[in-house]
Amino acid sequence: MLRKLLIGTALATSFVFSAHAADVKEVQMLHWWTSGGEAAALNVLKGDLAKEGYAWKDVPVAGGGGDAAMTALKAMVAAGNYPTASQMLGYTVLDYAAAGVMGDLTETAKKEGWDKAVPAALQKFSVYDGKWVAVPVNVHSVNWLWINKAVMDKIGGTEPKTFDDFIALLDKAKAAGVIPLALGGQNWQEATMFDSVVLSTGGPEFYKKAFNDLDDASLKSDTMKKSFDNLAKLVTYVDPNFSGRDWNLATAMVIKGDALVQVMGDWAKGEFHAAKKTAGTDFLCYRFPGTDGSVIYNSDMFAMFNVPDDRKAAQIALATATLSKSFQSAFNVVKGSVPARTDVPDTDFDACGKKGMADLKAANDGGTLFGSLAQGYGAPPAVANAYKDVVTKFVHGQIKTSDEAVTELVKAIDDAK
Amino acid sequence: MSSVATTQIKLTPERPRASTRARLQDALPKIVLAPSFAITIVFVYGFILWTIYLSFTNSKTFPSYVITGSRAYQRLWGWTFDSDPPSSWYTSITNMGIFGFLYIGICLALGLFLAILLDQKIRGEGVLRPIYLYPMALSFIVTGVAWKWFLDPGLGLEQTLHQWGWTSFHFDWIKNKDFVIYTVVIAGVWQASGFIMAMFLAGLRGIDGEIMKAAQIDGATTFQLYRRIVIPLLRPIFLSAFIVLAHLAIKSYDLVVALTSGGPGGSAWLPSNFMYEYTFKRNEMAVGSASAVIMLMTIVAIIVPYLYSELREKPR
Repeated sequence: MLRKLLIGTALATSFVFSAHAADVKEVQMLHWWTSGGEAAALNVLKGDLAKEGYAWKDVPVAGGGGDAAMTALKAMVAAGNYPTASQMLGYTVLDYAAAGVMGDLTETAKKEGWDKAVPAALQKFSVYDGKWVAVPVNVHSVNWLWINKAVMDKIGGTEPKTFDDFIALLDKAKAAGVIPLALGGQNWQEATMFDSVVLSTGGPEFYKKAFNDLDDASLKSDTMKKSFDNLAKLVTYVDPNFSGRDWNLATAMVIKGDALVQVMGDWAKGEFHAAKKTAGTDFLCYRFPGTDGSVIYNSDMFAMFNVPDDRKAAQIALATATLSKSFQSAFNVVKGSVPARTDVPDTDFDACGKKGMADLKAANDGGTLFGSLAQGYGAPPAVANAYKDVVTKFVHGQIKTSDEAVTELVKAIDDAK
Repeated sequence: MSSVATTQIKLTPERPRASTRARLQDALPKIVLAPSFAITIVFVYGFILWTIYLSFTNSKTFPSYVITGSRAYQRLWGWTFDSDPPSSWYTSITNMGIFGFLYIGICLALGLFLAILLDQKIRGEGVLRPIYLYPMALSFIVTGVAWKWFLDPGLGLEQTLHQWGWTSFHFDWIKNKDFVIYTVVIAGVWQASGFIMAMFLAGLRGIDGEIMKAAQIDGATTFQLYRRIVIPLLRPIFLSAFIVLAHLAIKSYDLVVALTSGGPGGSAWLPSNFMYEYTFKRNEMAVGSASAVIMLMTIVAIIVPYLYSELREKPR
């Protein structure tokens, strides 16, 4: 009986496995840029590739969103069925490269001069073991304030230069009956804001030591404690209903003028644009007070898999088109981020975009371009999430004092390392 | 089945075609069952074993097959006692306790109560029964989103009552780290209690009317009737309902995500959220697997005694 079962099983399963052949003139792309603006921006890339005779094929992901895509990708790679490329973030690229499934674009990189054009901090994630394994699509930076200009004018506020200025500005808004700070109470949003707070409180050197090098002494220092105190101060300016709110709803509060300011990465600009608002006249973008001159970044990458030789030409075409100046400009104007190479002209960008590009170049030259810990560019995901746990528990009151927060932070990061 | 087949062969030895056919007929049920049997073996039991194996490795982003000992379990064990500030695992398992106890308890009580009320030969039962039963037809995601809006102080109940003039009304459990798990209980109970009611109703309809009449003749009050006769007779229903609810409670994942997206500071996590979060988002597959194994053991601890009591030969 058992034998019959097994034979039946073998028969039933054998037809499930069938060869999976890919067209050599086709770019198979796994990504989660499906919303209006992002999809439109990607169409530019599709057009560029079509001109060279390559067809674009989206790898379908059920459920949308980055998490679902990464789960799907894990299964595809485990089955040996590589897409041409996949959208990917930070340390995930290095994980896949360490697993030996990445391609090698070093020759193309040399020919195109990527080594010089792409900021060195980004190359930490796009180059593994001396080989180019991914191409950065954009650079987002997270230490921004997004301010509703009408509200700002009403309360007579000016650009805050220091953290104390910022608190004074928030007080003014509170007195005027506006919600001072729009925050979404989800762990990544709180931690993203805390990235900026730490940079502002401790300065660039401290940020790098604590959140990129994970230096124990810095993590448990008084400066870190002060940063948590500053975060606690900021949290007193949010509305009571903030917990669990999505980031774009918080941005909408600023757009509508219900709230004065949001601390968020420059993807928030896409929301302002979608609401037909103009930088400088409807909304203002300032660096988080006390962080001018430094940039905390994260970046979307297209990771290139080790596809069979006959599909390599399509992959190289994709990589070259992605890092071409025309696409970098066209895409990032729409996306709200800045180009991943520093030699792209800024003519098409709005005021915030121009400032972002100038800041990126200056930070790259000055060595003050740092990976965001909250966004997974400061440390591997296990550490980054342990950090987010501590910050969110501090914001929501499970961790009660900044002393306790520092102890927990050191403990959590050590545990996750 | 096979004895029937062999007698057929003996009866018709001069027709070999029939014997092949008979053999095929004999094997057909097994062939038809084989795919689902194989799928179950591989995708349920195979992957359970694989998960147990992974929990003893140092798997991070990708599965690793090198056994490195029980560090994942040691970490979980350490977190189990981290109550101040609560570790994510501590939160998950205490929430599981609160949620499991209240969800099962309230569903059983409410389901029984509604069933008894509906059993009073009232008019319109045919309309009322599906009304209570329908929430079960919704997915947890729909339930979660609907209750999320309803309980949100800025959108739902509180806002509406404020607009109607009751401005002192305050209900912000869904935003409160200490109470958010109770909102999960509310939504869960709303969804499942109608189904439990239907189970109890079926049980009540199965009770012999003669017993009830006999008790009434003996002078039992209505309360005594239910307390001493009906509820003890419903014991098997209680057991089935408990099993249904217990596994629903342990595997609740989507409800927490849709309703609270994890709650303030992760305060609404259940072990299933912990497992997904660690395996897929934090790239700590070993820890995620270990937590999955612990969840499995919890279910086994409930199911095995039940199966034992069901399958054991009844003395009598």
